[in-house]
Amino acid sequence: MLKQRVPSATALIVMVSIVMFAGNVFAAEPIRLGVAGPHSGDLASYGIPSIKAAELVVKDVNAKGGVLGRTVELLVEDDVCKPEVATNTATKLVSLKAHVVLGHVCSGATKAALGIYKDSKIIAMSPSATNPALTQSGDYPNFYRTIASDDAQARLEVDFALGTLKLKKIAVLHDKGDYGKGLAEFAKGFLEKDQRAKVVLYEGITPGAVDYSAIVQKIKQSGAEAVIFGGYHPEASKIVTQMRKKNMKTIFISDDGVKDDTFIKVAGKYAEGVYATGPKDVSKNPLAIAANEAHKKAYGADPGAFFLNAYAATQALLNAIQKAGSTDYDAVAKALRTQDVETPLGKIRFDDRGDATGVGFSVYQVKKGVYVEIK
Amino acid sequence: MDYFLELFLGGLTRGSIYALIALGYTMVYGIIQLINFAHGEIYMIGAFTALIVAGVLTLLGWNQVAILVIASLAAVIYSCAYGFTVEKLAYKPLRQAPRLSALISAIGMSLFLQNYVLLAQTSDFLPFPSLIPEFKFIAPYAHIIRSSEIVILVTTAVVMILLTLLIKFTRIGKAMRATAQDRDMAMLVGVDVNRVISVTFIVGSATAAIGGVLIASHIGQINFYIGFIAGIKAFVAAVLGGIGSIPGAVLGSLVLGWTESFFTGYVSSDYEDVFAFLFLVFILIFRPAGILGRSETEKV
Repeated sequence: MLKQRVPSATALIVMVSIVMFAGNVFAAEPIRLGVAGPHSGDLASYGIPSIKAAELVVKDVNAKGGVLGRTVELLVEDDVCKPEVATNTATKLVSLKAHVVLGHVCSGATKAALGIYKDSKIIAMSPSATNPALTQSGDYPNFYRTIASDDAQARLEVDFALGTLKLKKIAVLHDKGDYGKGLAEFAKGFLEKDQRAKVVLYEGITPGAVDYSAIVQKIKQSGAEAVIFGGYHPEASKIVTQMRKKNMKTIFISDDGVKDDTFIKVAGKYAEGVYATGPKDVSKNPLAIAANEAHKKAYGADPGAFFLNAYAATQALLNAIQKAGSTDYDAVAKALRTQDVETPLGKIRFDDRGDATGVGFSVYQVKKGVYVEIK
Repeated sequence: MDYFLELFLGGLTRGSIYALIALGYTMVYGIIQLINFAHGEIYMIGAFTALIVAGVLTLLGWNQVAILVIASLAAVIYSCAYGFTVEKLAYKPLRQAPRLSALISAIGMSLFLQNYVLLAQTSDFLPFPSLIPEFKFIAPYAHIIRSSEIVILVTTAVVMILLTLLIKFTRIGKAMRATAQDRDMAMLVGVDVNRVISVTFIVGSATAAIGGVLIASHIGQINFYIGFIAGIKAFVAAVLGGIGSIPGAVLGSLVLGWTESFFTGYVSSDYEDVFAFLFLVFILIFRPAGILGRSETEKV
């Protein structure tokens, strides 16, 4: 009995050591981060800052021992922002066995590439593709982004109206232009999906009209507690002024077309209390300052477009792999959705659709003649 | 009922705003059959003048009523000078030319003045102070009608009555009517036609300037482009009422104001302009000369 046990014990030891050895072999394999975007052609200026951001983050991470003890390697591929090229770029990154991809940059190219990544179970994170459908259609569960989508302002306005202000009746107005109407349509859609409030009025106004007294009366008649307005400041200031002069206290919520000092200048005292969404100010974030400094030091110039978004995306991807403990698709996806990461854009994580929370826009309010960010 | 009343008054105010501008259009058309497209620009220049003067006087610490009066006077004088000069420069040399030439000249003048103000001032919207004092007695009804609206209504009525009196009962009014009927004949019987036309432009510009001050003060903002849209709407109103007719211009303006106001209030503001202009077409189909216009037989 005893004699027989010795070889099996040896076998066990050998087997265990093989497993451990094998583990060492895997550990030696680098983590491959694909970087896709326009790196040549007339849109190269949108894509090149992403490469630089990835290089800087990876240099940092590797200097600190890599991710899961493995070094990170970049696979840089050019898609010139063209959907037909992007499919080839994606196929190439798949065949090079990229674990995750930073990219693509243009919405069209991103959409073309995403199907290929999805079939190969590769997560892609864009620093710049803003098309709402990319996350909202649900077609691409492998897609994430560190930039706010085109409808983010509407989302924020609605969340603010329902969550913070707890409003029940809302009028949605727009100036019939692409920007204003697009925003108003999103806001209306969000409000209708949400049961907490009712859209009591949805109308387009004529920009530049002599006065808006009829529409102001209509707002009053509708019993709306607040107006969400999609458009620019000249119309907004006229409407707000007329509402206030008619002794209406209706809350006014608008977009970054109104978050402009001219609005306050023109509407004067009537501008007080107006809410407007606008791009989040990250210039005071110490990580953003550090990232910009690092870029200046390494490349001798100020960073280009979407640099901080790409920087944050690279950090988020590597952090998720670290937290997940592997490059497994489901584990990384879960980590992206549950683990906060400190980036130059602030502390971010991703919602179920793949949009970064806390990125993009903030709500501002006019207080004593200036826009003040509401935390 | 309250809602109806509010829309009615809103339409009335809007109509009066159009009317103050439409009066100038219709007078000039009545005398020389010219659609003076630069008229909206005169209105805009009036508003700018008032803004500048009011700004200076506010700095000097004058009281509100004095500022309103002086700023309006300055606006009227300055705008009259512009109206007079525009006529002398752009229309008088074309008096004998085909009507189309004068029309093109008017459009050119309009663009010139717009761009001149754009360059000389700014493209941004500028805040315009509320020059019209808020009357105490109206405060409880402020949700229905504001004092600036009352002032606009009253001014429009007064201006309309004064113009009618001017045309019906004064020497220059008689000369105007004579010129309107037949310019050559009026000249033959000794009417100084050039002077009559100049006076017409000056009076038209004065009403536009008054409109500019009141409306800008009511709305609270101006830029170089306000004259264009207001001018187009006022022109439409003048046509609707019967161009050349003074009560017609006011009636047409009120009809347009009410149409817009009620349509926005009860249907949708998206199609406000579509509906307003559809209504115009409809009226012109049945009354080609406008509501109060006389159909002219073509002189052979």
